[in-house]
Amino acid sequence: MSTFDIVVIGGGHAGVEAAAVAARMRARVALVSFDLTAIGAMSCNPAIGGLGKGHLVREVDAFDGVIARAADAAAIHYRMLNRSKGSAVQGPRIQADRTLFKDAVQRLLLDQGDLTQIEGEAAALNLVGGRVTGVRLGDGAHLSAPAVVLCTGTFLGGRLFRGEEIMEGGRIAEASARKLAAQLREASLPMSRLKTGTPPRLDGRTIDWARLDEQPSDSDLWFMSAMGKARINPQVFCAITRTNARSHDVIRESLHRSPLFSGAIGARGPRYCPSIEDKIHRFADRDSHQIFLEPEGLDSPLVYPNGISTSLPAEVQLAMLRTMEGLETVEMVVPGYAVEYDHIDPRALRPSLELRDIPGLYCAGQINGTTGYEEAAAQGLVAGMHAAAAAMGCEAAPLDRANSYMAVMIDDLTLHGVSEPYRMLTARAEYRLRLRANNATTRLTPLAIAAGCIGPERTAWFTQREERRARLDAQLDREVTGAELANAGLPVRRDGGRLALREWLRFNEVDLKAIEPWLSVDANDDSELAAEMAEDAAYAPYLARQESELRDLRASEALPLGDDFPYGAISGLSGEMVERLTSARPATLAAAGRVPGVTPAALAALLVHARRLAA
Amino acid sequence: MADTIFALSSGAPPAAIGVIRISGPAAGEALVQLAGKLPQVRRASFLHLRDPAGDTLDRALALWLPGPGTATGEDTVELHCHGGRAVIGALEAALAAIPQLRRAAPGEFTRRAFANGRIDLAEAEGLVDLLSAETELQRRSALAMAGGAFSRTVDSWRERLLTFSASVEAVLDFDDEDDVSALPADFAAGLTALCCEIRAWLSRPRAEMLKEGFRVVLAGPPNAGKSTLFNALVESEAAITAPIAGTTRDVLTRPVALDGVPFLFVDTAGLHEGSADAIEAIGIERARGELDHADLVLWLGEEGMGPQGTWEIEAQADRHDRAAKQSPDFRVSARTGEGLLALRTALVAKAREGMPRPGEAALNARQHQLLSVAAERVGEAAEHADPLLAAEALRQARVACDGLLGRTTTEDMLDALFGQFCIGK
Repeated sequence: MSTFDIVVIGGGHAGVEAAAVAARMRARVALVSFDLTAIGAMSCNPAIGGLGKGHLVREVDAFDGVIARAADAAAIHYRMLNRSKGSAVQGPRIQADRTLFKDAVQRLLLDQGDLTQIEGEAAALNLVGGRVTGVRLGDGAHLSAPAVVLCTGTFLGGRLFRGEEIMEGGRIAEASARKLAAQLREASLPMSRLKTGTPPRLDGRTIDWARLDEQPSDSDLWFMSAMGKARINPQVFCAITRTNARSHDVIRESLHRSPLFSGAIGARGPRYCPSIEDKIHRFADRDSHQIFLEPEGLDSPLVYPNGISTSLPAEVQLAMLRTMEGLETVEMVVPGYAVEYDHIDPRALRPSLELRDIPGLYCAGQINGTTGYEEAAAQGLVAGMHAAAAAMGCEAAPLDRANSYMAVMIDDLTLHGVSEPYRMLTARAEYRLRLRANNATTRLTPLAIAAGCIGPERTAWFTQREERRARLDAQLDREVTGAELANAGLPVRRDGGRLALREWLRFNEVDLKAIEPWLSVDANDDSELAAEMAEDAAYAPYLARQESELRDLRASEALPLGDDFPYGAISGLSGEMVERLTSARPATLAAAGRVPGVTPAALAALLVHARRLAA
Repeated sequence: MADTIFALSSGAPPAAIGVIRISGPAAGEALVQLAGKLPQVRRASFLHLRDPAGDTLDRALALWLPGPGTATGEDTVELHCHGGRAVIGALEAALAAIPQLRRAAPGEFTRRAFANGRIDLAEAEGLVDLLSAETELQRRSALAMAGGAFSRTVDSWRERLLTFSASVEAVLDFDDEDDVSALPADFAAGLTALCCEIRAWLSRPRAEMLKEGFRVVLAGPPNAGKSTLFNALVESEAAITAPIAGTTRDVLTRPVALDGVPFLFVDTAGLHEGSADAIEAIGIERARGELDHADLVLWLGEEGMGPQGTWEIEAQADRHDRAAKQSPDFRVSARTGEGLLALRTALVAKAREGMPRPGEAALNARQHQLLSVAAERVGEAAEHADPLLAAEALRQARVACDGLLGRTTTEDMLDALFGQFCIGK
């Protein structure tokens, strides 16, 4: 029997980050996967990032995670979404060459620390007195560890649907971990089913690209990782086509054959990226939907048609595709399909992503009801960090809704549960003005360093960055008069008085470029850092308004309720409140306030009881 | 709750006695500093209270009540001292000078009692009701508020704000998808309309007016007859009158009900420049302060020299040795009673305009403040070109509405609840 500090089951994006961060924290880690060569595989869309999701990638990167660096290593197309809007909602997104991405993940895993990769099926959990003590593999081998992180994605009780066909398994051609699923069901954890879908894959050589609008990769240099330095790969363009009345007719005629409509799939799918049959059914007034044609790799002819996920029968899919401009003679390499899978009600989890009822067992990724690589990676990081912190007897980084999207997501999951696959949106983060994708390093890397999550290379880089930051900070304090700026041709009032440069940045007419003459060369050395600081200055008045809100938040976050808080025994709590609070088990008073439907009177009663317990 | 709080728990001075409560871990030590010793537990003791220099502050009854069996659950001291303004002021100053002590925030004693489990929420809320509603007019206004008319309005605003927010969020979070178009064309106009609706509520008379009375300040140069008119209006010899300039040196207030409408009349020191008398100078300073807080100023000075919106009063109308005003609003003589009835009638009519109508919900200061924030943010949201900042403004407007409805963080909610108490309760 082999002994580890942590066993991670599953080599997807959650499993990779969980194993990697635990190894960086100097834990002995085993990563178990059906197929080691599939570690880091992109099972669906060959893209990383996007609105809200890009924030998560940058936050995982701020913890020295793998996903952003692998994305830069594999990127063949960079696009900053929402470029026209405020930077707090801009979403960095890249398209990756699948093979390069997987290779980069596997390469990066080699230098994370003491990390052993084990090929096999995790057949069962070893439990002693309700606590996890390890994992039994399909071949009978035992891995002993005080903490296990489950990152099994859709492998848990997964079923594939395509038209009238039904297949067992998570991804096409891979086994589904049904034994483990059965064991988790026996543990009477709250579980339910969700569905997700994937579009057909097209043969790019059969697309008439010349007829379509091209979308080139961004020409300005930016990277997914804060430590990115260069565009490594040749950049390719994407193209845009649209569905039309004929495509919609094809779909409508076969709606009854889609498992979504025939009743074969009962689970809820996402509102945010619905299947094409859903879109046509729900937005019946729209006569066209945009489809992005995204190349899957440099050496691969495969093209991913983004926006057309479907589970219609294969021949209907092909007929529908061929109604669209540029796709008249397209060949389909793999038809699209829908996946229905089990997930754990995330309200059964602590904010550390540990299952409340099975100490030592952590869950991350799709198993918790989320969708997306980025959501999975962020949960993997959090679960791995907490598992390692528990095993190593140290403290995990303190994350809350005011410092990270990761905490927003985990707070939402563990308090609200899910009724559809959870996808990150910037609208979910009430303090998003301070949670920008471009300030993730500043927000989180100091916390990550303190928690031991950062390797030596990034630590050295960050130290230098902090020095540059201090210098730039001092320069922004320099006071300049309105007359000086006006003399330099800026549209400000001459009698505008004397203000620090950072205060001038609050005026719409004054940007970083405008004040360059008053800064030394530093701003150009690190234009991203300078831009971040200029945004801080511009947003400062709005951030200041949030201060009292944040004080309240942190005061009530400081009041723990704990797992065993006796809701039933508190006088003045209605039966309904007791039920809501018992299923969410909020960790703090602030979290209790975010449980849906909990009233102020109930909170007051909790406050009194918690203070009495604390006294 | 490491700090110790104190406040005057009895009514505003002057009164026969004033009760000062001190609650918290340093309460006993504070009493030792004032009285030189701790008296017997739970027994009224007659003590000599001194300031740090050894000068006597007062001779008072003191109660030493160690926690947790006290109203707040903490160590508590009660000082029953003489109820004069000066005595209480001096005692409060001496207490404030003790490092661990600070003045209590409104409702803080009750809040501590609640937090320490001495009373439950229902009792606390009952106390709020008990302490408010002193008159029929107040009771009816409170009923309107409790009846939920205002809450329903705020709720509908909140729903509309959510719709506006949803439009902005769609633009922010779905930019790359064609299924969501730009902001609706009537977005800014809709917000502006909402802002106007909220402002209409804000311009309504405030609830405090019912409690505190319509504040009428008598002002003018020395010896203009302010105190004489003041006495006539409050129908008592509250102010000392004498034909000597500078007789009134401080601000004197008197609550009176005229025709069932609550008034607070304020007599002030005569305004003039260059007083050599330090005390009179302070009085003049206070008088100017009163002008800012007045709901109405009765101006007895030179015509046109009073603050804007004042009523020009020709006082001492019976004296013919005075230069008459060209067009006074009222000519009165406190001595003969001439014009007094007309002035009173006009005052009552004016005050009624400024009072919440019977049965109409009136906003208190906290609600007014939150609603002002909401209106301001909604107005901003209409103007922001950056949808991100518009979304943030809308979020803050929603937070303000949540605050009005009590759907908010615990600390906020408790502040809101306990902030309704008088200080010291």
